[in-house]
Amino acid sequence: MNPVKTIVSRSVILATKDVDTDQIIPARFLTTTSREGLGEHAFADLRDDDFPLTQPGAAGCEILVAGNNFGCGSSREHAPWALLDFGIRAVISTEIADIFRSNALKNGLVPVVVDARTHEYLLANPGIELTIDVAAATVTLPDGKTVEFAIDRFARYCLVEGIDQLGYLRNQLDHIEQFERDRPWTPG
Amino acid sequence: MTAAKTLFQKVWEQHVVVPESDDTPAVLYIDLHLIHEVTTPQAFTLLRQQGLPVRRPDLTLATMDHSTPTTPVSSFKDLAVVGEGAAQQITQMEKNCADFGIDLHGFDSEHRGIVHVIGPELGATQPGKTIVCGDSHTSTHGAFGALAFGIGTTEVGHVLATQCLLQRKPTTLEVRVDGQLPAGVTAKDLILAIVGKIGVDGGTGCVIEYRGDAISAMSMDARMTVCNMSIEGGARAGMIGPDDTTFAYLEGRPAAPQGADFEAAAARWRALATDDGARFDQSVSIAADGLQPMITFGTNPGMVVGINDPVPADTGDTSFRKALDYMQVAAGKPLTDTPVDVVFVGSCTNSRLSDLTQAANVVRGRKVADGVRMLVVPGSQAIKKAAEAQGLDQVFIAAGAEWRESGCSMCIGMNGDTVASGQLSVSTSNRNFEGRQGIGARTVLASPITAAAAAINGRIADPRPYL
Repeated sequence: MNPVKTIVSRSVILATKDVDTDQIIPARFLTTTSREGLGEHAFADLRDDDFPLTQPGAAGCEILVAGNNFGCGSSREHAPWALLDFGIRAVISTEIADIFRSNALKNGLVPVVVDARTHEYLLANPGIELTIDVAAATVTLPDGKTVEFAIDRFARYCLVEGIDQLGYLRNQLDHIEQFERDRPWTPG
Repeated sequence: MTAAKTLFQKVWEQHVVVPESDDTPAVLYIDLHLIHEVTTPQAFTLLRQQGLPVRRPDLTLATMDHSTPTTPVSSFKDLAVVGEGAAQQITQMEKNCADFGIDLHGFDSEHRGIVHVIGPELGATQPGKTIVCGDSHTSTHGAFGALAFGIGTTEVGHVLATQCLLQRKPTTLEVRVDGQLPAGVTAKDLILAIVGKIGVDGGTGCVIEYRGDAISAMSMDARMTVCNMSIEGGARAGMIGPDDTTFAYLEGRPAAPQGADFEAAAARWRALATDDGARFDQSVSIAADGLQPMITFGTNPGMVVGINDPVPADTGDTSFRKALDYMQVAAGKPLTDTPVDVVFVGSCTNSRLSDLTQAANVVRGRKVADGVRMLVVPGSQAIKKAAEAQGLDQVFIAAGAEWRESGCSMCIGMNGDTVASGQLSVSTSNRNFEGRQGIGARTVLASPITAAAAAINGRIADPRPYL
């Protein structure tokens, strides 16, 4: 994974609450054995004439400000793959669903959970330039005001350093083998 | 005296390989990894790229269900029904399992079926295990007192390569259900009511434990229905304390411990129950006695009403209004008498033998209404065979319903079974998201008996007069 340190971009807004992973990438596009090229199908069934992410002004926007509980539903990692391929590098909301958040972090898509007041401000001001500093865990607004967001320290470290978590896990293999030898029962 | 612990705490602690710290998550050991064709190909590609083997193929259980047709497959050409991509995914799954030494319950296996149906059926799902799968409905297995949750494809690769995951310890949510479910009110109605109460994000960050008289009184099939939809309340896992009902279900199943080993395992499993006085981070309760059959009216599983109750009034909330527009449903009015196009009985929520029996009891001697398509899809080939031995297939066929091979079918609409745009489907599955069952499909989630009653009536109806 490439390091993700800072994202500077205008925002694009998808204010609907509870946008589920079937909206982000419909199941009919999961019949693939690759993780490439899913961006063209991102939000496939939401793309009417008014869809915010496909307006000309949204081109190049890398920060999605989404309604509460973004990414609920299925475990499909195709959702962050599709968003990244579409050009989104961070999602800001008041709540981000557990499995989606975990999958996003594994791929360098930054989940940013902010307080309700900041969220309201962001929803009301589409297209403003934001700076997300991952190492500092802050979002800086155009007026220079900085808002902190909570992010797991290990997840942040992996993002900033571009750490492959499988490599980290494989370094624990001695512990894993010891655990298997020592446990009082074995799964069968 | 040791501190009182919850079921979740006990199972978690028994699987910590390396404890978590402020800087690093826990390394958590996984006892059973369930895999299917849709969320694994990219993980196997990674193993190939890095030259890694599957570390514990013996703890990996593979099947095909999501993009698999529910019409009989006897040769490759039969896969045409699902399209080129899905057909390739299926053949890739066969190759991946063969290359990495994993037993696959493929088309020639009498044990093939929906991954969350066959794990319990084989006895591979057991109390106290950690179980993961690249599928959010892995929560189903929590019905046995396992810690079971859905993971993404990167994590599938982690488990294939190391048999472990990096995890932060979640918090706990007690959902207490006291009293007795009235006649005609099922486990599905209960979990819809629970999701309606806590909301689709009420369980975010939590593991739920379902407790109380109404839960203890349930069969394993019913407990699986409840735990299955934990994720619809935002919780990655839902658990139920293992008891005699659990042990009776497991005894004698091929992957369960046998003979004296079973007795020893049962003693260990019994000790997993939440201790008296153990504390949960959050708690909610719901009375079983007052419940009625439940249905969804909107585009997420938290938008539920009692079968005869009106859809809530329009509050002006744009997401709420958008959902009602999509569903072509009016605020303030009940959904009963709404015309139905499709009825689907199946999915990892409601495709077990007891679900099919309940639906058949409504349908028996009656006809599916004109213009309604009813699809009945058993959860596994073993359930299909057991149902056929009882003549349930003939009950459905005589009524005018379609009887299929096992698979995810219309729950996910990526295998040839879909609902057409604008059509209204009453479905025993778990998600009524926009487009879930097909582009523009309108889904109403319901129990097997409510779904069957809708098929007979041709309109959404209270199922109780049909019992």
